[in-house]
Amino acid sequence: MIKTQYRELYCSSPRYWGGLASLAFIILVGLGAAFYMEHNGHFVTGMSNQIVWGLPHVFAIFLIVAASGALNVASIGSVFGGPMYKPLGRFSGLLSIGLLAGGLVVLLLDLGRPDRLIVAMTTYNFKSIFAWNIILYTGFFTIVGLYLWAMMDRKFEQFKRPIGFAAFFWRLALTTGTGSIFGFLVAREAYDAAIMAPMFIIMSFSYGLAFFIITLMAAYWWADRSIGDLRLAKLKNLLGVFVGAVLYFALVYHLTNLYVTQHHGVERFILLDGGIYTNMFWIGQVVIGGIIPLFLLYSPAFATSRFAITVASLLVLIGGFFQIYVIVIGGQAFPMNLFPGKEVLESSFFDGVVAGYSPSLAEALLGIAGVAVSMILVAIGARMLRVLPESLEDPAEGECV
Amino acid sequence: MSINNDQPDLQRRDFIGKTVLAAGAATVAPGVLLTVANAGSDEGVSSAVRWGMLIDTNKCVDGCSACVEACDKENGIDLIERPQGQSDEMWNAQRPQWIRKVKLRDTQTGEISNLPMMCQHCEHPPCVDVCPTGASFKRADGIVMVDRHICIGCRYCMMACPYKARSFIHQDIAEQLTSAPRGKGCVESCHLCANRIDAGRETTACQDACNQEGHKAILFGDLKNPDSEIARALKAQHSRQIRADLELNTGVRYTNV
Amino acid sequence: MGSLSGIRRFAGMVVGGALMLLATGAISDSAVTKGSKAAGLDTCVAPTAAMRRNHMDYLKHDRRETVHKGIRNTQYSLAECVECHAEKDSAGAYKPVNADGQFCESCHSYVAVNLTCFQCHRKTPENMSGNGTAMREGDQRQVFGLLQSVDQPLSLSRDELTRLHAKIEGN
Repeated sequence: MIKTQYRELYCSSPRYWGGLASLAFIILVGLGAAFYMEHNGHFVTGMSNQIVWGLPHVFAIFLIVAASGALNVASIGSVFGGPMYKPLGRFSGLLSIGLLAGGLVVLLLDLGRPDRLIVAMTTYNFKSIFAWNIILYTGFFTIVGLYLWAMMDRKFEQFKRPIGFAAFFWRLALTTGTGSIFGFLVAREAYDAAIMAPMFIIMSFSYGLAFFIITLMAAYWWADRSIGDLRLAKLKNLLGVFVGAVLYFALVYHLTNLYVTQHHGVERFILLDGGIYTNMFWIGQVVIGGIIPLFLLYSPAFATSRFAITVASLLVLIGGFFQIYVIVIGGQAFPMNLFPGKEVLESSFFDGVVAGYSPSLAEALLGIAGVAVSMILVAIGARMLRVLPESLEDPAEGECV
Repeated sequence: MSINNDQPDLQRRDFIGKTVLAAGAATVAPGVLLTVANAGSDEGVSSAVRWGMLIDTNKCVDGCSACVEACDKENGIDLIERPQGQSDEMWNAQRPQWIRKVKLRDTQTGEISNLPMMCQHCEHPPCVDVCPTGASFKRADGIVMVDRHICIGCRYCMMACPYKARSFIHQDIAEQLTSAPRGKGCVESCHLCANRIDAGRETTACQDACNQEGHKAILFGDLKNPDSEIARALKAQHSRQIRADLELNTGVRYTNV
Repeated sequence: MGSLSGIRRFAGMVVGGALMLLATGAISDSAVTKGSKAAGLDTCVAPTAAMRRNHMDYLKHDRRETVHKGIRNTQYSLAECVECHAEKDSAGAYKPVNADGQFCESCHSYVAVNLTCFQCHRKTPENMSGNGTAMREGDQRQVFGLLQSVDQPLSLSRDELTRLHAKIEGN
């Protein structure tokens, strides 16, 4: 077997620094937007007392969910012993750290009082799933950091498997926690479901892998290295399975809700007459994020097309974004049913009506900056650490058996 | 204030004791003495009481918003200035509303009812469960409120509240009342006029306003004291909790809805 | 410390001495703004030195008592800081305690510590600032006379008590 040689990501200076500079620019704009929001207060955003979590939260949750999924490739390599995935483990760890950091930056900068970060880190209410998440996030950084170390330092080779196991379970806990943020909200009809936690796990598999494929291909294009067809085909097939699973979970979630008469209203809202949310569900989540990628991934016509894989991964991410948008914003927009059997004639507080939300530019810029933070961390990390193999050409016949 | 020694506190306590004694001797109603003594104690609020409200929706009048206005005034909400150029809809969606009037119609019978909605002061408040820092808390006397010194403005409590009772402060606040601090970036909600209760008073601003209008739809008092007016009223007539299915055991209850 | 030559040592002493002078200047007794109620008092609610060093801890401790336990007659209350330390301008209106050159701000800017209390708390005493919002008519209850009515139960607010206190002390 040819030994895998890892090397820092070198490419011509203008290409690397140019890319870095454009990412830095996006981050700078996003920080400006965050400052604008915090300086004026949230009244400059589209968020209100009706839609309390807005676009920044969609970006943040999307990135955090994807982060734990991105670690999947490393887990397959070292926990489940997939030889084709082994050389990809290091990059997978780096990517997951980057994505999580990006998501947390957005979440933090959207707080009403981001200056009280120290309070959030020191005062805990252990009954809050949110507080648990803070611990899960910091733990994730530590464990994946150690995992990365164990994968890269030969002296710690023997710890690779135990830490890999720990990281695998930790990431499951992390996504369960993220899903439970919504699953534990008994008040809102769209959220109160235990299936939220496993659904978020399967969503993380799908988004994380899509992010992984895109960043991997981009890095290898950047550095003029090559990836073998067989390896890509493995990743691609895996992505297909995950995309299908996400669709399946969405189906089960809505079927369960449809069975509960009390939830018919919210189901009708999401599936039929919710306007933008209905469109986002059917066109965004189902068609763009599910059916088209499945077709691109499994159609024999695109069997070896790298372009198709890239497009499919991108669409999975776009569809995933819409899915989280529908869950987060759509779930809040649908009015809570305070008075069953009654209709609200008058209220100054939008009782009984669908809450409007039009995100402001600042929110979008902050969210996009979060993605840029993830990417810049990955770019810098790949440049400084030996995470990417020199070549990902397919192994010779019979080697990976 | 003239305090010349290092332990003014003892003197003050001494003094409070004397004042209370003098006032108590002169007051006819013996209950008043008890209240004031309670207010001055160092024990703080006790779980022997649980403050609550009973709202008779039959007495709540369509178009009357005296309770809302009184609340706004009591808690300095009327001091908040609308940001320039903000639309009516956004202003209504973003300004704090501790109490709001809701008009309902029964979809089957067409019966119309009016009622004020505010924080329901649950015994098991979801907002307290979800708050990551413990800023959202329940006082021993059953009042649910926000310690805005440690609120980080994450709004998870607003997501969790089944009654939409909480408001986030979306803008800079230029002026506050001494008794009602308020600042950008924190969450707040009705606290049953805790500042009044701590000062020994036993009415809320909304109740006073409703009585003043002559409607008397709001009854406030100690749910745990079997002799209190509210406890007797709750025993005598059928009342209900809003979203009773969640089994939060709310402190605010409604009749005739 | 052989590397410290005589001239350096001398310069160090000069600088140190200057700093000490500056420091004594800063903690001289003139810190309280003229024209505030505090200027006419001998001492704060605790000895001046203790207040200077520990007021933030006192306030932090008592804010918990007030918010979580409903104890409002604590020894240390921010409302009382404002009540006593706010200075009146020539027109008789109170200046915010966190305005330039005022009691709280001048010291906090000297030591470069962020003064965050007044992001949320009121910066001027309430009853006489003349903004119409203070101490609404309904709250003007008879306190000291024995004219308590039953529907207006007796209650003493913090500053009412303090004022009475001052009266009894013969001020």
